[in-house]
Amino acid sequence: MPKIAVFRKEHFNAAHRLDNPQWDAARNAAVFGKCNHPNYHGHNYELVVKVTGEPDPATGFVIDLKVLSDLIEEKVLRRFDHKNLNLDTVEFKNLNPTAENIALVIYGLLRPHIGSQYDIKIRLYETERNFVEYPAE
Amino acid sequence: MVYLTRLEHFNAAHKLYNPAWDRERNEAVFGICANENWHGHNYELYVTIKGQVNEDTGFLFDVKKLSTLIKEHVTEKLDHKNLNLDVDFMQGKMCSTENLAKGIWQQLQPRLPAEVQLHCIKLYETPRIYVEYFGE
Repeated sequence: MPKIAVFRKEHFNAAHRLDNPQWDAARNAAVFGKCNHPNYHGHNYELVVKVTGEPDPATGFVIDLKVLSDLIEEKVLRRFDHKNLNLDTVEFKNLNPTAENIALVIYGLLRPHIGSQYDIKIRLYETERNFVEYPAE
Repeated sequence: MVYLTRLEHFNAAHKLYNPAWDRERNEAVFGICANENWHGHNYELYVTIKGQVNEDTGFLFDVKKLSTLIKEHVTEKLDHKNLNLDVDFMQGKMCSTENLAKGIWQQLQPRLPAEVQLHCIKLYETPRIYVEYFGE
């Protein structure tokens, strides 16, 4: 069977700031600019989860998108939606919540719950104009 | 009469929390938006002005000047900021999209030349939620 990619789009709204606690305030401000603002700022994150696999001949589905949607809701959105990524999540207690790191974390949260016969890819929009993808290939 | 719209954007943290209420009541009314440690949005701002076209320039108003006014009095105060803590014109107000649109109106309206009227502040909090304020 040929492989087909299916996609589920979700969104969450969160506050964050970019800061390296090993650096002083001046260096953080120099590197991260206004993203280092101490009182946080925030984004409407748009998340696209791509699942690639062979359609099941019995259903015609690669994966039931309702099942995928529920999984993203449970594993990702409940953790991050309307939260402060730096303060309210264990994942970013010691990890800078850049779009890159958020995509890596989301991949790690979902991968164990999606069968090994599937490839998955995370695309995360921090703004309409800034987005990242993992894995890169 | 011609209408002209300038689109800007800013990213900010906020929470919906009435300090006169206890936490339980805030959570009952504002739900997840009351999260103590803030959450945030990519706001999209549409500023619409109206008036007559100047015959000499062909302009209603120089959009570069409009852009500078919005930047100086609105987006520089809001972008990558905490709306509850950092913004002078939102102090003492609930940081809802409604109030933010009204606050932006009040920032811009007095600074436009007499021949240019502010028509509408349209403010998207998310791609799915926006408010419009016409100064009424």
